[in-house]
Amino acid sequence: MFRLIEERHSDIVSVRIENREFQVPAGISVAAAVLLCGYKKVRNTPVTDSPRLPYCMMGICFDCLMNIDEVPNQQACQVEVRENMRIEFQRGAAELVSLE
Amino acid sequence: MKDHYEVLVIGGGPAGLAAAAEASRVGLEVALVDEQKAPGGQIYRNVSEAKNDAVNYLGRDYFRGQKLVSEFLNSGATFINDASVWYLDERLATGLLIDGSSRFISADRLILATGARERPMPLPGWQLPGVMAAGAGQILLKSAGMVPDGRLVLAGSGPLLLLLAWQYLQAGVKIEALVDTTPDSRLFEAISSLPRALPAVDYLLKGLTFMRAIRKARIPVYKNVYGLRAEGRESLESVCFNLTRSRAGNRIKVQIEADTLMLHQGVISNIRLPLASGCKPVWDALQQNWKVGTNKWGQTSVKQVMAAGDCAGIVGARAAELQGRLCALQLGYELRSIGPGQRDILARQLNRSLNRHLSIRPFIDKLYAPGRAYQLPDDETLVCRCEEVNAGEVRQAARMGCVGPNQVKAFTRCGMGPCQGCLCGSTVAALVADETGTTMEQVGYFRVRPPFKPITLGELSNS
Repeated sequence: MFRLIEERHSDIVSVRIENREFQVPAGISVAAAVLLCGYKKVRNTPVTDSPRLPYCMMGICFDCLMNIDEVPNQQACQVEVRENMRIEFQRGAAELVSLE
Repeated sequence: MKDHYEVLVIGGGPAGLAAAAEASRVGLEVALVDEQKAPGGQIYRNVSEAKNDAVNYLGRDYFRGQKLVSEFLNSGATFINDASVWYLDERLATGLLIDGSSRFISADRLILATGARERPMPLPGWQLPGVMAAGAGQILLKSAGMVPDGRLVLAGSGPLLLLLAWQYLQAGVKIEALVDTTPDSRLFEAISSLPRALPAVDYLLKGLTFMRAIRKARIPVYKNVYGLRAEGRESLESVCFNLTRSRAGNRIKVQIEADTLMLHQGVISNIRLPLASGCKPVWDALQQNWKVGTNKWGQTSVKQVMAAGDCAGIVGARAAELQGRLCALQLGYELRSIGPGQRDILARQLNRSLNRHLSIRPFIDKLYAPGRAYQLPDDETLVCRCEEVNAGEVRQAARMGCVGPNQVKAFTRCGMGPCQGCLCGSTVAALVADETGTTMEQVGYFRVRPPFKPITLGELSNS
């Protein structure tokens, strides 16, 4: 559970997290946005299906892997939010998608 | 961006920024690669964008970074931002992942300034949503202006934990408790290094300022705790630990309901890229840290590779900056744009300042040495967060004859996940050394192999 220190933010972008629309400050990472929107997980682990949230926020731990704009295994802490971005939980290991 | 530079600097923190700026100044053609959009590394993250009133909660030391960032940006060095190094080998071929495509660049010399990461603090429940690294809290503060909402507990040991507590207090964040895992005995061990630290009295005063602020805010501080654990079903619900009353010796159980737990027990060197370039890992027993070995100019065991800052041993931001400049002077000399006399004159001033900043280290290293319980966790504690391997399985592998982390990896998958051992490497090595009665040097470290970052075949073919 996180909040912004100041409520006023000049630039706002709209993103869809798990098919719900949110307005978040421009320039923040996807991982920060998911935390700000109050989510209690970003993924389930491939081994035991347990929920995880970002741990290190600096690209080291890979606990923030998410599906961003239909590309799985993205480090959400390393990707900046963009207008109309579609952000989804990663459930287990990513599946290989056919190019057909 | 070109295909070849005289000097390629990897890492945009204080060491890398200073190295690149100084190398440009002595006339070398330099590029600096960093994963972030803006220069600054973790310590000066987002500093060029920071609003002036943020000085109230981020502190003046953070804003020092603005001067260094502008020195770098005006130096003429090429800044390759938003670029991950996914490949590096002993021939120094450097593979970058930029905006969905892979690109290789080469250089005559490499300056590695890969900095540090937080030392993992494995304890029961540290994988639960709601538990995060203290550094993560600070990154959210610097880069997104975000602070925890709800019941916050800070736990662990080390300067960053105190700094974060101070920053949160300045930002008006309520802290439910500070759980200090530094044993009282550490102060006795460290006190002998205090006279040597006096030239860096400003560091000591800063620490006292943080402690005074914490006391003034009347945050409950728990000391000499053991059995620290995070509890909850789907996410963190409470932080639990035991207190010992030293005289009577009876145990007191404490349970604090919490939404967020931030953990810290110091930082360790980021050595993955240095190892990939052929540098050998060196074990620093005082810092309990695998680092890159360097001489006073930052030269490593590999001729074309230099290293500066925390990746070559934990030194802090100010010392890292000076080490970066020393690397650049040496390269200026080697690549013949400055003479040895000029190099030595410029280096003298830097070394005087460097020695002052380094004088605090033995005191800090002894006072905040990592606790044994978090280096050698209980059997059921998760060690590898990616492949979900616990300490018991690592011990079992060691008993079966695994002599080091690489064998443990083959037997248990520990360290085989996407973080490639970044969050478990130091714990695995410590567990194997302890279980087999050998030393960290004998046990060694995970072998590193590219790709260092997830890269799709599409990104690879976009080169």
